[in-house]
Amino acid sequence: MSAGIDLENVCCDFGTFRAVDNANVSIRPGEFFSFLGPSGCGKTTILRMVSGFIEPTQGTIRIGGKDVKGTRPNQRPTALIFQNLALFPLMPIWENIAFGLEVRGVDKATRRRRAEELLKLVDLPDAADKMVSQLSGGQKQRVAIARALAVEPSVMLLDEPLSALDLKLRQHMRAELRAIQKRTGVTFIYITHDQGEALAMSDRVGVMSQGRIQQIADPREIYNNPVNGFVASFVGENNIFQGEIQNPSGGMARYVTPHGTFRARLGDLGGMPGKLYVRPEHTLISATPAEENSIPVTVGDVSFEGSFIAIHATSDTGAHLTAEIRNDGSATVPERGAKLYMSFAPERAAILPDANVRG
Amino acid sequence: MENLIRRYGRGLTGIFVLLVGFWLLMLVILPNFAMFEQSFRPYLPVTEIGGPRDVYSLNNYAKFFDAPVEWSLFGITLMVPVHVLSFLQTIFYSALCTVIALILSYPLAFYLAKIASPQSLPTLLLLLFIPLWVSEALRAFAWYVILTFNGPLNQLLMWLGLIDQAIRWQQGVLTNFDAIVIVMVYCYVLFMLLPIYTSIQSLDTNQIEAAEDLGAPWWRTHLRVVIPHAKPGIASGCVMVFMLSAGSLLVPTVVGSTRANWFPQTIYTWFNDSQDWQTGAAYSMIFLLLCIVFVILMLRLFRVSLSDIAK
Amino acid sequence: MTPSRRFLAHFYMALFVIYLMLPLVVMAGAAFNDSKLPTIVPWKGFTLDWFSALFADGRMWRAFLNSILVALAVVALAVPIGTAAAIVINAISGKWRATLYGFMVAPVLAPGLVIGISTVLFWNSLGNTVGSDFILFRPGLHLSTLGQVSFISAYVMLLVLARLQSFDPGLEEAALDLGASHAQVLRRILLPHLYPAMGASAAVAFFQSLENFNVTLFTRGGADTLTVYVFSKVRAGITPTINALAFLLICVTLVLALVYEMKRRRKARIEAERAAEARRAEAAML
Repeated sequence: MSAGIDLENVCCDFGTFRAVDNANVSIRPGEFFSFLGPSGCGKTTILRMVSGFIEPTQGTIRIGGKDVKGTRPNQRPTALIFQNLALFPLMPIWENIAFGLEVRGVDKATRRRRAEELLKLVDLPDAADKMVSQLSGGQKQRVAIARALAVEPSVMLLDEPLSALDLKLRQHMRAELRAIQKRTGVTFIYITHDQGEALAMSDRVGVMSQGRIQQIADPREIYNNPVNGFVASFVGENNIFQGEIQNPSGGMARYVTPHGTFRARLGDLGGMPGKLYVRPEHTLISATPAEENSIPVTVGDVSFEGSFIAIHATSDTGAHLTAEIRNDGSATVPERGAKLYMSFAPERAAILPDANVRG
Repeated sequence: MENLIRRYGRGLTGIFVLLVGFWLLMLVILPNFAMFEQSFRPYLPVTEIGGPRDVYSLNNYAKFFDAPVEWSLFGITLMVPVHVLSFLQTIFYSALCTVIALILSYPLAFYLAKIASPQSLPTLLLLLFIPLWVSEALRAFAWYVILTFNGPLNQLLMWLGLIDQAIRWQQGVLTNFDAIVIVMVYCYVLFMLLPIYTSIQSLDTNQIEAAEDLGAPWWRTHLRVVIPHAKPGIASGCVMVFMLSAGSLLVPTVVGSTRANWFPQTIYTWFNDSQDWQTGAAYSMIFLLLCIVFVILMLRLFRVSLSDIAK
Repeated sequence: MTPSRRFLAHFYMALFVIYLMLPLVVMAGAAFNDSKLPTIVPWKGFTLDWFSALFADGRMWRAFLNSILVALAVVALAVPIGTAAAIVINAISGKWRATLYGFMVAPVLAPGLVIGISTVLFWNSLGNTVGSDFILFRPGLHLSTLGQVSFISAYVMLLVLARLQSFDPGLEEAALDLGASHAQVLRRILLPHLYPAMGASAAVAFFQSLENFNVTLFTRGGADTLTVYVFSKVRAGITPTINALAFLLICVTLVLALVYEMKRRRKARIEAERAAEARRAEAAML
């Protein structure tokens, strides 16, 4: 009953502004797929096109293999969970959940029974006759999911549904959403600007910027092998160097910068200039120079972040670098002003283009 | 329009547009156009309507300047057409009502918005609303009872020894319009109070406290912080009170003296007693023009927009 | 705020309420005075005669009935029109919105007598144009109704629009997304949200119509409404029957006000309880 979704060359213009530019993605049935990007990147527009509130300017959207052009939102097999949940405040919880059934003409007894089943599924068995204003944020969240599930959609579309919750609850609900998705087997398309959410919950993630999909891959791949600087920066921290490429061969290249000459993986530049990116947790510190990619630095701020410690340092040539060491007591934490070396393994660093933009 | 169709579908949008169209076209725009058109036509028996004498002219408007009467202003005697005089007096005393209502209302509006305790506020507002629910005719009539020659006001004043003999309030003490002004202020003061209250209420109390904290005396706080914020409410209240006063037919008829002629009474005489609807239309055009000019003046004076006023 | 100024403020408030109430009390009191003139001084003794005179006054009752009928007709027309107008103005944007809004609020500011005269003249000349003497085109209470609808619809529009501004359009989309038709969205989602404002505006429309004088006076033809009847009585020499009527109307007003206040308090209490429960649920989860 879950369906796949295919976007082929989908564009969407608002006046002269192109909100979504040539999106191509094929989401598998039963997959938990996230669109990740900053606000205004076009991810919500994609969601609204799939749900039918906006028609694409160009391109084709297929749900379960069927072109949905011209199909109105109320006839699509999708259910949308809104950012603010959009629960009907004047209806009791069970009527909220059964609303989709009500408009399909299902009789009241069946509606009530189905609503109670769904409330059990989302672990709110006693809420049927309460009003929306009596529920906490997390409870409302579950009601919204139950309401969407009631119409037995092939696809659930979730528009940053956790953004209104506080941190603790958000983390709790992540696991819960993931569990509900696995239990029901419905395809989930999840929109978020929070990379932690996207990486933790999704089977695959599509990172977006300025209307374009930058990379589609599983969370590990997105984090470890970003295809460009935008993706690398959006899903995590980086030490960045700018320089010149020399002797590319076998997917590796030398990179000449004012701070030294490094060896790193060479990404797909597509003719564009590239920068070198390396993550702080892949940046190592040592008292003596490493064999390769080693930079002499002076330690500046040392900030304690809980599970890790971030060491901010400046190289003798003026580059600012950060290294993270795990707070497991295995390493000695350097003092401010200490002279030491930072280095990174060549396969952990990548030379990447900025971002996939129009122009 | 596209947004409307997207949200409500074609069928419902059609119904909405039909309802709004009927209202604006049949009840607002066309009637006013008809009044404008008729005001240039002569008053004719039914059989002659559309006949050779039924032509457009300014004759109805010329009647406004007929029949000059003596009018003394600051000791200078002027000859002023009687209807022009009535028009000017209506404007002046309506403005006076507006000013008095403003002075009475502002402190109370501030009290309700910023001083009264939140628990007692709904009750207080309800108490103020009660007279508003009692019809204008009865509110005016209440004062008719109070102001009559043998009425309670005269009795009270004589009992207190303030006056020796009863006063004919309806004839006026200072001017012919005393009773009219007193009663109009009473009838319309709430239309001043409520918009000012609403606008002061939306002022962040911290701003008042900040001004006081910075050492501003109370009057300067009002002048520089509260009143500028309450401007739309004040403008709205002034427009309402002026228009209600200038347009009132009930109050001048119930409590007015025979010597005080309020402009709507003149219009009513043309319309009802003379059955001359066309001249009545011309006079209401003049009156409508006054109202439009007044509203525009207030909008300019207070630098607010129409949507601020109509809240 | 110093205590003395605070006292002054309370004192002024009390004085103002007395100022508003006293004339009504005087007027109501005169209904019980056994005097031919409507006054409380000199007090000639307590009587209920004016109430029996009122109940025997056939013309008054006809006028009263007319007022109620016109008011009901006004509610029936102005509430749908004003609600539709609010929905339309809320959904559109751009340069037309300001113009349309201007036309919609203009009747609020238009003087009653202008509305009355223009209504009569329009329907009358429409009758002359189509050459019909059909009753619709001649003055009468139906024209009073139409004239009142022209500005009362604007009040309804403003009240409903204010309520609409607190409406989340996402709810409409959520309902559409769950498969509802546009009509179902209107009936189950939007209108229930607007019902309180529509109810309030129906009440406002009803009372505005009841107490309307200017529009009615010019459009009524020969028919009386209660306000016009009071007016003609005052002009033609008055008896305390009007005071008796005033007393009854004030009583009705007071009862309505009391009922309203009690309802408001109960509603506020329920809301507070629900919010408290939501907070407890929140705390329990963490």
